[in-house]
Amino acid sequence: MVEAQARTAQPILSANRISKSFGEIPVLFSIDFDVAPGEVHAIIGENGAGKSTLIKILSGIEQPTSGSIAYDGQTVVLPPDGKAEAMGIVLIHQELNLAEHLTVADSIFLGRELKRGPFLDVGEMRRQAAATMETLHVHVDPDARISSLSVADKQMVEIAKAISRDARVLIMDEPTAVLSVGETQTLFEQIRRLTARGVAVVFISHKLDEIMELANRVTVLRDGQLIATVGTEALTPDSIAQMMVGRELSNLYPPKHEPDVDAPVLLSVRNLSTKSVSNISFDLRKGEILGFAGLIGSGRTAVAEAVVGLTHKTGGDITLNGASVDFSRVAQSVHAGVAYMTKDRKGKGLLLNMGLRDNLTLLTLEKHMRMGFIDTASEDRALDRAVRRFDIRARDAAVAVGRLSGGNQQKLMLGKTMESEPDIIIMDEPTRGIDVGTKQQIYHIIAALAAEGKAVIVISSELQEVIGLSHRVVVMRTGRIAGVLEGAEITEEEIMRYAAGIKQSGNDERISA
Amino acid sequence: MSVSAPEVAPKARSGFRWDLKTVGPLLALALLVLLGITLNENFLSYNNITNVLARSSFIGIIAIGATFVITAGGLDLSVGSMAAVIAGVMIMVMNWLIPVMGVGWGVILAGMAAGILLGGVAGVGNGLMITRGRIEAFIVTLGTMGIFRSLVTFLADGGTLSLNFQVADVYRPVYYDGLLGIPYPILVFALVAIGGEIVMRRTSFGRHCAAIGSNEQVARYSSISVDNVRLITYILQGLLVAVAVLLYVPRLGSASSTTGVLWELEAIAAVIIGGTTLKGGYGRVWGTVVGVVILGLIGNILNLQSFISPYLNGAFQGVIIILAVLLQRPRRAS
Ligand SMILES: Nc1ncnc2c1ncn2[C@@H]1O[C@H](COP(=O)(O)OP(=O)(O)OP(=O)(O)O)[C@@H](O)[C@H]1O
Ligand SMILES: [Mg+2]
Repeated sequence: MVEAQARTAQPILSANRISKSFGEIPVLFSIDFDVAPGEVHAIIGENGAGKSTLIKILSGIEQPTSGSIAYDGQTVVLPPDGKAEAMGIVLIHQELNLAEHLTVADSIFLGRELKRGPFLDVGEMRRQAAATMETLHVHVDPDARISSLSVADKQMVEIAKAISRDARVLIMDEPTAVLSVGETQTLFEQIRRLTARGVAVVFISHKLDEIMELANRVTVLRDGQLIATVGTEALTPDSIAQMMVGRELSNLYPPKHEPDVDAPVLLSVRNLSTKSVSNISFDLRKGEILGFAGLIGSGRTAVAEAVVGLTHKTGGDITLNGASVDFSRVAQSVHAGVAYMTKDRKGKGLLLNMGLRDNLTLLTLEKHMRMGFIDTASEDRALDRAVRRFDIRARDAAVAVGRLSGGNQQKLMLGKTMESEPDIIIMDEPTRGIDVGTKQQIYHIIAALAAEGKAVIVISSELQEVIGLSHRVVVMRTGRIAGVLEGAEITEEEIMRYAAGIKQSGNDERISA
Repeated sequence: MSVSAPEVAPKARSGFRWDLKTVGPLLALALLVLLGITLNENFLSYNNITNVLARSSFIGIIAIGATFVITAGGLDLSVGSMAAVIAGVMIMVMNWLIPVMGVGWGVILAGMAAGILLGGVAGVGNGLMITRGRIEAFIVTLGTMGIFRSLVTFLADGGTLSLNFQVADVYRPVYYDGLLGIPYPILVFALVAIGGEIVMRRTSFGRHCAAIGSNEQVARYSSISVDNVRLITYILQGLLVAVAVLLYVPRLGSASSTTGVLWELEAIAAVIIGGTTLKGGYGRVWGTVVGVVILGLIGNILNLQSFISPYLNGAFQGVIIILAVLLQRPRRAS
């Protein structure tokens, strides 16, 4: 049906035999791609397959090395630097692209400010911005500075900015990577509203269930080659995964090995409070994987950052291996064997203008010092190991990290965190932007870490991930622990009940009563 | 498809432009030397070359400090005035001490110690206001630039502070003599440059400077003591200004309100011409050295010929700076 419809409907934007090389390095090979009005066409593929590059070409950000683009049936050369927006081709980048100092309203109207006479019509822009954010069910002040928003809210601002332009083709590069289930659903509502009006949507995601739910057609890329373009109804998540990775994917999650009953408690947090969370208490045992679930903004990251000394705590005690600790700098927690991997890889995780090696060893440079000087050979060996262990793929060894595909950046950041050989690893959204094949690898790495006696905290907005990995799950809600789930209690419904505040338990009942 | 050892292909990484970025300053230097040779047969003479390099040494030593400050995302506008104050105080200290210690190296060493101390203190002051006070480096050092400048005018009572000429006689060789025919200022410049390059390239301090200049948040999350590293860059800058002044005082033997005027801009220009990014994140000391020599040669060549007025020196330097930044322009971000 959809196939037939797509064939009859005239595509609005199409790429014909597009190839792209960066310098000597080929990234895309003769790709055909098109999208029709009212259709959602998804692109999937492993990290570094060339998805982002393809959509950058479709929106004029990059020029193809060969091949052509047709818009409305006319062969065109799209103008660079996002000027294709004026033609109705709007792109949401994989990495956030907002000016941190602007306000929400300024950002949404950036480049097409409303005017009254020669002056900016600030009031009207603020009103319309608020209205757009309202349709997305996002509650942020239009006057708030971008820098004060959470990553998810920033993403929602990006989306608001995009949908408020008169897009004929809306291209989204992993818009849901930083969103939780609820926000994703609102986004999908808006996308359906737009497609009903005849907007063509190109959508990239590593979450296969989303693809199944939203897309009409799916294009699969692997190593820059077009593998197939198929109607979604002919697909199952498994068959897509298989096409992507080129092999069968079994057992996304490794089997859970419960930690020993008498396993010692490595980390114990009691009544921890900061500006944004209060009264957080939990234990982490040797060999345990502790999941942290909750809506975005529920304070999970704040807890992690307070534990490792990135933010100031206003109260509470942290005990590590039985000894009370109070980290005020990250260096201290790293030395004590506690490592935190941020979810904001562009803003806090990686130095985008530097190479893989410098990024990998930044946290642990002292390991590579010989007589006061950096031993680059030793760094190179570390990079070799990390590249193998985490399957980091860069087609060019010396490339700046900002040029790596998003997923490979994520893997590099994981490698960087693991370089400190921590006993306790706190991972904030560890598989954000990572393809299923690599996800599976990372899940197995996490399980192996726990099995060898380390303890892992996994903060994730992907419920499936929390459920599939964790021995216990802490559910947070508005800065407090709403409940702790164990064993058979760990189900999607149960987590959502606590996260949404329908259910409460434990010490929190006392406080909120 | 995966990464092999990263040294494999740095040259091939983005072709011509990248090469130009690295080789650009060297190329400009080579062109200037060629030009100099064709214009005047004395250009390559021992006297001319040592003269140019010795003069460039002051700015050069200061600019190496500036390379670290700028790489770490900072800026120090106060170095020229700081140099003047240090020179003034050194001269005063030495003059004071003559009755106590007599004319001799003792006085000079005491003056040097005072200069180094003052440089360090000035650096600590700048650094603390920027890191602990959380004030923009531009503002802080614009402020201290004014303070230092007016201090030296005050100390000199609006005139000139002159070093006792007997002491000056003893001190003289530090500028005019040398080892194996190489004047001391050039030797010190070379040592500072080599040391600086090693520190930048091969120590964690250098790596951390680049990390902070590239993204302060990432540095903080990577357990780098951002404030301390920043502070050290300003202290290093202060100390290097003092070192430059130690070599400068025997040349002029005096300090006044015009000492060191515009040195900060020349230092920053040299850093930028050398390929360090003004907004931080990437720095190279050898580039700065090349930048300083380029600026020095422009003046020298204009003096050696008679077609173009040497008064246009500033204009040529300006053109070179703009060209350098043009070459540095990043390729369109992806
Ligand atoms: N500007 C660039 N210079 C050099 N190489 C680049 C550049 N941009 C992308 N690449 C390379 O092209 C390949 C494809 O990258 P792309 O970002 O399109 O992957 P992707 O499919 O979007 O992956 P992900 O799922 O991780 O986001 C990668 O190997 C990447 O390193
Ligand atoms: Mg991508």
